[in-house]
Amino acid sequence: MKRLEQTFTDNRVKEETTLVAYITSGYPSLGETVGLIRAAVDAGADVIELGVPFSDPLGDGPVIQATGQAALDTGTTTAATIDVVAEARAAGVEAPIVLMGYCNPFLRYGLTQLYDDARTAGADGFVVPDLPVSEGGPWLERARAADLGQAFFAAPGSSPERIAASSAASRGFLYVLAANGVTGVRSELDPGIDAYLERVRAAGDTPMAVGFGISRPEHVAALHGRTDGVIVGSALLRAVGEARDAAGRRRAVTELVSSLKAATR
Amino acid sequence: MNGRFGEYGGQFVAETLVGPLEELEAEYHKALLDPEFTEELDRLLKMFVGRPTPITELHRLGVTENGVKLWLKREDLTHTGAHKINNSIGQALLAHRLGKKRIIAETGAGQHGVAVAAACAYLGLDATVYMGRVDAERQAPNVQRMKLLGARVELVDLGTATLKDAINAAIREWIAHPDTTHYLLGSVVGPHPFPTIVRNFQSVIGREARAQFLEENGRLPDVVVACVGGGSNAAGMFSAFLDDPVRLVGVQAAGEGKGGDGGHAAPLLYGEPGVLQGTRTYLLQDDDGQIQLTHSIAPGLDYAGVGPEHSHYKDTGKVEYISASDDEALDAFAALSAHEGIVPALESAHAVAGALKVARGCEPGSTVLVNLSGRGDKDLTSAMAALKQREENSR
Repeated sequence: MKRLEQTFTDNRVKEETTLVAYITSGYPSLGETVGLIRAAVDAGADVIELGVPFSDPLGDGPVIQATGQAALDTGTTTAATIDVVAEARAAGVEAPIVLMGYCNPFLRYGLTQLYDDARTAGADGFVVPDLPVSEGGPWLERARAADLGQAFFAAPGSSPERIAASSAASRGFLYVLAANGVTGVRSELDPGIDAYLERVRAAGDTPMAVGFGISRPEHVAALHGRTDGVIVGSALLRAVGEARDAAGRRRAVTELVSSLKAATR
Repeated sequence: MNGRFGEYGGQFVAETLVGPLEELEAEYHKALLDPEFTEELDRLLKMFVGRPTPITELHRLGVTENGVKLWLKREDLTHTGAHKINNSIGQALLAHRLGKKRIIAETGAGQHGVAVAAACAYLGLDATVYMGRVDAERQAPNVQRMKLLGARVELVDLGTATLKDAINAAIREWIAHPDTTHYLLGSVVGPHPFPTIVRNFQSVIGREARAQFLEENGRLPDVVVACVGGGSNAAGMFSAFLDDPVRLVGVQAAGEGKGGDGGHAAPLLYGEPGVLQGTRTYLLQDDDGQIQLTHSIAPGLDYAGVGPEHSHYKDTGKVEYISASDDEALDAFAALSAHEGIVPALESAHAVAGALKVARGCEPGSTVLVNLSGRGDKDLTSAMAALKQREENSR
């Protein structure tokens, strides 16, 4: 958890936006995942959000759904994803890695075992999109015990009370949904986003990371100073999906992450 | 309402939906205390839905089974032909109060989709129905009815292209438009408050049936049977008998009849608790927590989860859950048609098949009340094809 907090603190001091890069574990294969993490970190990603695939990802749009299904088809599991984290650490990746996944595979793994194994492997926290604060008690308890992060969410329609509760409960950062809807590339940021981000900022001190629809350097630049961090997922995975071979996929990650990183300052 | 049935239920949803769910719950409570709402609902149930539906005594089925008498609650006689309309009318009125003119819904067998389309047409709301492509193919007449009733039908190609995937598509659409759209969920599944609201709108089935049975027989039935996919017709039926000395039996789909070896849709028999589509309940899942493929000849039962209240009743033993296979349901479908003059939906045929199994173990002179949740017009093509196939296989 310290590494995650430190990353946001350091970037705040430098007046840089923390760049979170989302990668689906096991896409296009488990063998390539560490290489793609490495490429993202080397190109400037400050935090890796590593997606654990689920058969029914209700918060995800077509791009991440497809990568998750492809990962499941090649046998990616929660356990295999925790192994990916350990391999990334063994390969020298030092950036914080948070695991993103839906409730059911995590519950099936067993929460106590999950948080312990994640910590042992070198993970820094969890993001669970179908877990609102009201259901998060047992999860937070495990996160505290294992000293790991736990990001809850703010949505554009959330009441000030709910945003405050999510912010206060979050460990590491608050995941701020930039828009209604599921994950996916959007051409423009919501016109009302500035006022919304001010409301979130006023609701608590936990670092904010804005995701959903952030795909271009100009989006990142527009959010500079309005949020602590940004999260880019679908755009990155779309670029990975369009490349022809493993080297091309790493290059696609390097290029997009570099251009996004340049917009964080 | 606390949203829990024992250790089941809850609200495992994206933050985006928490506000709309809270709003729905608050409006529901206000509506229940508003005589204008309850009177309007009662009036629509009478004058649009055609309630009360009768109960019917069977003369051949069951009688031969140890002298047990079967009675049917005739939800097949409601407008649009299944119990789904009870909930659709209720929630459409709620949506109206919430000022939401756009309704989205999922459908498996198409009965909920048709009920939503009809309710929305009557109340002047805009309806979009999500349906798995596989289901749309096996329930083609209902797709045509939905369109005729003015609904948009969105075919879903994701996953297994059945009920679960239609619910996923509807939830994703709701997350995109939470302020303007009401998700009219058709069963006692999903996040709180849906399992409670839907059960309460369906409780009219049990209230009527209990009073009608008492009037006809001077006593309560010994057993009450209903089919359980998501479980809304069963939840509505059972709700009136929970405090009575009446045996309650829910029938899940055993599909190919291989027991727990797959090819079924019976999480209450072969599943384990987990979280799917906003609720904690029994699920068909693998060791990694991925949701498994299901099979039933009845699209309305072809679902990997089940309403959380049923999971609670399974654990407490309040309700007994058994299963009926595709074959047994087809037998019941044919028998009820030929011997009693009533063509049941394939879903409801599972309830009849389950009731016949139960009847075999009952004391002579016992009575069994079966909820006939819907009529079988929608199933004629697929049921006739399956019966023909079976005949050819047996040659």
